[in-house]
Amino acid sequence: MIDAAELRRRTAELLAAHPPATTDRLDFLRARFDAGLAWVHYPEGLGGLGAPRSLQVVVDAELEAAGAPDNDPRRIGIGLGMAAPTILKYGTEEQKRRYLRPLWTGEEVWCQLFSEPGAGSDLAALGTRAVREGDDWVVNGQKVWTSSAHLARWAILIARTDPDVPKHAGITYFLCDMTDPGIEVRPLRQITGEAEFNEVFISDVRIPDSRRLGEVGDGWRVAQTTLNNERVAIGGMRLPREGGMIGPVSTTWRERPGLRTHDLHQRLLKLWVDAEVARLTGERLRQQLVAGQPGPEGAGMKLAFARLNQEISGLEVELRGEEGLLYDDWTMRRPELVDFTGRDAGYRYLRSKGNSIEGGTSEVLLNIVAERVLGLPSEPRTDKDVAWKDLSR
Amino acid sequence: MSTQPDLLYSEEEEALRAAVRDLLADHCDAPGVIARTESDAPHDLAAWKALADGMGLAGLLVPEERGGQGATHREAAVVLEELGRAVAPVPYLTSAVVATEALLGCETDGGLLAELASGRKIGALAVALNVGPGGAYRVVRHEDGALHGELTAVADAAVADVLLVPADDGGLYAVDADAVTLTPQVSLDLTRPLATVTLDGAPGRLLGDAEPAVRRALRAGAGLLASEQLGLADWTLTETVRHLKDRKQFNRPVGGFQALKHRLAQLWLEVVNLRAAARNAADALATGEDADVAVAVGQAYAAPVAVHAAEEALQLHGGIGMTWEHPVHLYLKRAKADSIAYGTAGAHREALAELVDLRAP
Repeated sequence: MIDAAELRRRTAELLAAHPPATTDRLDFLRARFDAGLAWVHYPEGLGGLGAPRSLQVVVDAELEAAGAPDNDPRRIGIGLGMAAPTILKYGTEEQKRRYLRPLWTGEEVWCQLFSEPGAGSDLAALGTRAVREGDDWVVNGQKVWTSSAHLARWAILIARTDPDVPKHAGITYFLCDMTDPGIEVRPLRQITGEAEFNEVFISDVRIPDSRRLGEVGDGWRVAQTTLNNERVAIGGMRLPREGGMIGPVSTTWRERPGLRTHDLHQRLLKLWVDAEVARLTGERLRQQLVAGQPGPEGAGMKLAFARLNQEISGLEVELRGEEGLLYDDWTMRRPELVDFTGRDAGYRYLRSKGNSIEGGTSEVLLNIVAERVLGLPSEPRTDKDVAWKDLSR
Repeated sequence: MSTQPDLLYSEEEEALRAAVRDLLADHCDAPGVIARTESDAPHDLAAWKALADGMGLAGLLVPEERGGQGATHREAAVVLEELGRAVAPVPYLTSAVVATEALLGCETDGGLLAELASGRKIGALAVALNVGPGGAYRVVRHEDGALHGELTAVADAAVADVLLVPADDGGLYAVDADAVTLTPQVSLDLTRPLATVTLDGAPGRLLGDAEPAVRRALRAGAGLLASEQLGLADWTLTETVRHLKDRKQFNRPVGGFQALKHRLAQLWLEVVNLRAAARNAADALATGEDADVAVAVGQAYAAPVAVHAAEEALQLHGGIGMTWEHPVHLYLKRAKADSIAYGTAGAHREALAELVDLRAP
């Protein structure tokens, strides 16, 4: 039985055998993976020890105290948060052994080829085609909103393998080599001036059948694992009072009395209350999870924060008056990380517009709350029993 | 802040909720409450007796050594959630919370605290219901050992046995209801009616300084009112969802139309937020930590949400929601009156401007 004491013992062993001060970063990360201390809830041999997930913090705290390097989780978030749990659940033994170790150490960055210009909220309508040729699949199509595509070694990809059945049934899930000459990555410049995301054009890319994840035609179900983990990754962090976007605007208000107006004061106080209550709701959700009583409240957190971020940053631009007419920098750049607080109010205002679109639009999330939490009837569907090729587009 | 508030319900609190809900199911069904509003006795004193006498709930905030249950605002908040769900016409918030807190804030309670805690007597703080913590309130004249004056909009005064009356000498006085004239006012909220209190040389017993006692009472009232508003909003949402699954137009359940689904999902989100805000206010009142901010945030958030929930419930019920027969109007009237009671949302935001240093121009 692996408990906290046993994990501390193994962590001490790792640190003794590979002192962080004198060990190469990558060598240390590989040794940590092989010791089962990467993600302790994963199986033995795959970076874990089959221990409870909640014990990971024990290892992390010991390693941090010892000054050990980490795997820069923000840089490889898609691999860690979405590709890995899906590979773990649906991968063959060979696939798990091949991909999980370099994914976790960050040697191989992953991206996600899901959304398409014609398939956003209705992701299952996607049209990228994969056609079987001998031992390979030949893939053609276009994906969009792909972060990290320009850095990625691998991608998780869903494509249509059977256009003659209803849309959910004809999708297959693949692991795609991003160095294939048929992959073209183009930056997608967004309203902030920079390009966090990419368009990915896929032309006659050959994927061996051994890189298929799950059964042919079962890709939609496999993708649910990926998408559910995406929603787990969004939200759930603990904030102090004024910890979110309300912080900078409150500071500006306090420091620059000359900008204050009565109208802005009323609006600021309302938003301050809303931000504080959203923070408390997040804290309550966290307490429920710790107590082992997860509620449906999480579904609403993304909705709440999207609205708050947009309204607060909008107010902040207005509050700044003459400065609100300016923008820090429109230069086309390729940031490695999204940083909401590192730039000016104008940037925050524009970037937060994406908060109600990315990871599920607020409109779709409201449908999900209405149907799954409140149990209201779903929309009448005209697409369920129709072959994909016969859908209107 | 050093510690995080406890925002969950304990097992004991859930058991208390279940017991109160059972009791109210027996006593306060909607047709009964509606019929009672037009009778000579709008208050349900049988339900009150069962809550206070039978379950000992009037004494939750009173320490055991002073004749109470020695519980906290967290438990009182759970009771208020259930009373809000039922729009129960009982003087719980006014007597077991506000008048009780006023007595707890006085140098002496003249034995009243134990009487209120046991439910043997009902108390009412003779301050207009719209006054919030720190707000200005009217006082009566203290002259030759007797009290003179008129106080309006005193909630639940009609059933009070004793009134706690602030006077112009800065004192808070206990006055027997028999010694004053109580005149019911036709009230927007049929289930928490107001009355005018006229004192014409009424004798009073000095309890202590009015200012700290009244402030303490109104702060607890405003903070725990958020839990009543939560119960009220929760009922209107649940009932509206139920109705819209059931009601068919255009050969479909009305609840399947996306325009309505989105409104209900939005309302659900507000109620989820309100639960965190109300729990936070109750917990802060119980621990005394950060209570001013927690109460102001709680009431600034709760008041508009409860009104929104009741207004949406009425609209989404369609024609039936506009009838006297359907109980949704009781909730709308309570919610609207609650949005003024113990300070409007705007008044609480103004208080926050000082408390968290976001000052006006």
